[in-house]
Amino acid sequence: MAAEVARELRASFAAGRTRPVEWRAAQLRALVKMIEEKEGDISAALHADLAKPHMESYLHEISLAKASCTFALKGMKSWTKPEKVPAAITTFPSTAQIVSEPLGVVLVISAWNYPFCKSMIHCSIDPVIGAIAAGNAVVLKPSEIAPATSSLFAKLLPEYVDNSCIKVVEGGVEETTALLEQKWDKIFYTGSGTVARVVMAAAAKHLTPVALELGGKCPVIVDSNVDLHVAIKRIAVGKWGCNNGQACIAPDYIITTKAFAPELVDSLKRVIERFYGEDPLQSADLSRIVNSKHFNRLTSLVEDKKVADKIVYGGQTDEKQLKIAPTVLLDVPLDTALMTAEIFGPYLPIITVEKIEESIDFINSKTKPLAAYLFTKNKKLQDDFVANVPAGGMLVNDVALHLANPHLPFGGVGESGMGSYHGKFSFDCFSHKKAVLIRGFGGEATARYPPYTTEKQKILRGLINGSFIALILALLGFPREKR
Amino acid sequence: MGSVADERALGFGGLVSELREVFDSGRTKDMEWRQSQLRGLLRLLREKEEEIFDVLREDLGKHRGESFRDEAATPLVAFPATAFVLPEPLGVVLIFSCWNLPIGLVLEPLSGALAAGNAVVVKPSELAPSTAAFLAANLPKYLDSKAVKVVEGGPQVGEMLMEQRWDKVLYTGSGRVGRQIMAKAAKNLTPVALELGSKCPCIVDWLDSNRDSQVAVNRIIGAKWGTCAGQACIAIDYLLVEEEFAPILIEMLKSTLKRFFTKPEFMARILNKKHFQRLSDLLDDPKVASSVVHGGYFDAKTLTVEPTILLNPPLDSDIMNAEIFGPLLPIITVKKVEDSIAFLKPRPKPLAIYAFTRNEKLKNRIIQETSSGSVTFNDAIVQYGLDSIPFGGVGPSGFGQYHGKYSFEMFSHKKAVLKRSLLIEFMFRYPPWDDNDSKIGMLRHVFRFNYISLFLALLGLRR
Repeated sequence: MAAEVARELRASFAAGRTRPVEWRAAQLRALVKMIEEKEGDISAALHADLAKPHMESYLHEISLAKASCTFALKGMKSWTKPEKVPAAITTFPSTAQIVSEPLGVVLVISAWNYPFCKSMIHCSIDPVIGAIAAGNAVVLKPSEIAPATSSLFAKLLPEYVDNSCIKVVEGGVEETTALLEQKWDKIFYTGSGTVARVVMAAAAKHLTPVALELGGKCPVIVDSNVDLHVAIKRIAVGKWGCNNGQACIAPDYIITTKAFAPELVDSLKRVIERFYGEDPLQSADLSRIVNSKHFNRLTSLVEDKKVADKIVYGGQTDEKQLKIAPTVLLDVPLDTALMTAEIFGPYLPIITVEKIEESIDFINSKTKPLAAYLFTKNKKLQDDFVANVPAGGMLVNDVALHLANPHLPFGGVGESGMGSYHGKFSFDCFSHKKAVLIRGFGGEATARYPPYTTEKQKILRGLINGSFIALILALLGFPREKR
Repeated sequence: MGSVADERALGFGGLVSELREVFDSGRTKDMEWRQSQLRGLLRLLREKEEEIFDVLREDLGKHRGESFRDEAATPLVAFPATAFVLPEPLGVVLIFSCWNLPIGLVLEPLSGALAAGNAVVVKPSELAPSTAAFLAANLPKYLDSKAVKVVEGGPQVGEMLMEQRWDKVLYTGSGRVGRQIMAKAAKNLTPVALELGSKCPCIVDWLDSNRDSQVAVNRIIGAKWGTCAGQACIAIDYLLVEEEFAPILIEMLKSTLKRFFTKPEFMARILNKKHFQRLSDLLDDPKVASSVVHGGYFDAKTLTVEPTILLNPPLDSDIMNAEIFGPLLPIITVKKVEDSIAFLKPRPKPLAIYAFTRNEKLKNRIIQETSSGSVTFNDAIVQYGLDSIPFGGVGPSGFGQYHGKYSFEMFSHKKAVLKRSLLIEFMFRYPPWDDNDSKIGMLRHVFRFNYISLFLALLGLRR
């Protein structure tokens, strides 16, 4: 089945179906239409899979997906134009340009055996948007962990887009493995580091380039020199207001000073209560954990007494509903699972240090995260943070928002991934930037050819060093060949 | 830390962690350090030019004119004039280079990696041993030897190096080894760039003027036999020519070859016996041998092959399926030059497509309907030296681009940084969202940049 899908898409691509800009624009407009007309269905599916509040669906999924389509529709005209670049004296006279061309037939896998990131729809649709805008044929393999959303994609997309070039293939490990055995011109994978290694190894067999959007422990440094209430609100909504912590860019843990921690914890308690009420498990605004496997994974993180003892707020769970309340922990031992693996859930540990500057070293002692956050008014600390913390992306005084800015590349580095997307970067992700050099028959420099003489070398040397005289001599055909 | 030889015995773990320490100390991120390294590279090229020519001649029989043009003169990337805040170095990177441009293929990416602030390990090809030894002896002298290391050795050493985790690996060479490198890199999620081989075709359109034809012939000869005797990833592999033009072209090639290669030392020799044999085997097939219209003499003693032209060898023969990487030039004829495009489409995407033509429509069709790392019209090879365009393959010819600023970018991570103020707050960002509609309504306005409506909504005057 995977082979047939790949074959059909290759034929469509070879026939040139995906190349015309009008076709690409039509597909994107169809996606916008789908999102608008089926907003209710999409929200319902997200609710079925995650108990995601309608508001979150709108904010993070629907509006972002539409905005991506619109951004690509607007930008496509200029993105698909060849970019003229300066030519050099060494190739004078000549013109040079960079032409973006589609890679061909691409595979987009949204998180496999690992819960999807913040915006399931967005994470799936955004790369698809980029692939279409760049003129490729696409296969989307949505995450089977969110079955309602996956079947919705499979049902809706064919109703709106050109089915001969854009396909949805549902399934789990087996189907994905079959897909990975085919030859693709690019594979875009969102999910875990473990599976990413499998994807890249499969891609290596066909020399297929990959983009991997993975996770990491996204740290949040909170300095005492800050407007605490605002900071805490933003952290809270970034953590629990995004799939209840099940998002690749959700804050994973907080670092603050020992002195400031009590105030910070107090503020968190107040804000959580304000957002979710006294009994968060009853709040309709809290998403549930995606499935029981992950529910168990999460609850086992706090089973150990030395971790459970550090809970300072929350901790309630409802196994039947697969809900876990926003939970704050203080000074959990660093060698515990909670502090070493990406949490991807509603637990928020707080690490304390003596001086806030130590937090930078702490972050750098771990693998590079997808995102790093800092709340402070201290300009020097901001500069230090930006210059010295390698991360996929970073925010000062807010959380997660960079995801929504189509002018910023979104992607990881090191263990958090490779390749970036969003906005024009999605288009670039699925394009080959072909260099085109156009020369004429003039400007013939015999100095290039054998027989090689010292005079010729002198001219070449001058030419390459940018000497105008050398250029003139070369153009005039010096040295003349002895016939 | 012991010598590189000791390191090899231990599997290079020590080497990598030492470099990581150096990198973590911030040494390579310092702008002045980067500038000093680039200046060091320039000094190396200037001061050791003679020695470079010597080792290239030892390894490849390259004439110094060719060496100068292709290796010593390869423009180094211009280091940034202003400090970049957003691009950050990846960390500790590994550069494998190939034997045919052993200096150039090291120095070009090395300068990019250093400009980007990384610590670097260079593994030169063991097939060019004099050059490898030269680099091992001189790079530590001209560059910061704590942050730039040269590891010599063969495939085994390459494999051992790939057991380590790197922040980026650049490999130049064959697709076969490229696959192995990427498979090993997958274990550590090491990002890779692969610059691989391919059959670079050259379409030659009917050129009306004699002068144009001569210029084309000059450039074709330069790109085939004047570039490491055809042993270059961007050398012209074969020609596509209209059948009526072919005899004219062949005659011009023959007479120009005679004029150019007056001395045998003007053409590089074949790298080694293995490749010499490989090339000789290409002519084993009698149908291929009988298609030779010029040259064909192989001298096993000096490992030289005279410039050889073939006319329409069978398309299923080895010479028409594997990258030739040598001084044999097949000419394939087509009825009309436009047929070349259909010829190329089903074939693996090459690193470069060349076309000699004045026909604007044909040029556009080639750009639009074929895919390759690059396209160059009316010349060949020269695109390699132009820093403003990216250099790299697509499909089987590889992925990842460098040269000029692209070298810098290849070894950088472009970190998105967003700064916000703590002042302005929109309450409708936050739960509880029970009174759903009014908050969503306001958000809709924000997302549509419809600030008037938003303002009115905030004042309670509009839903």
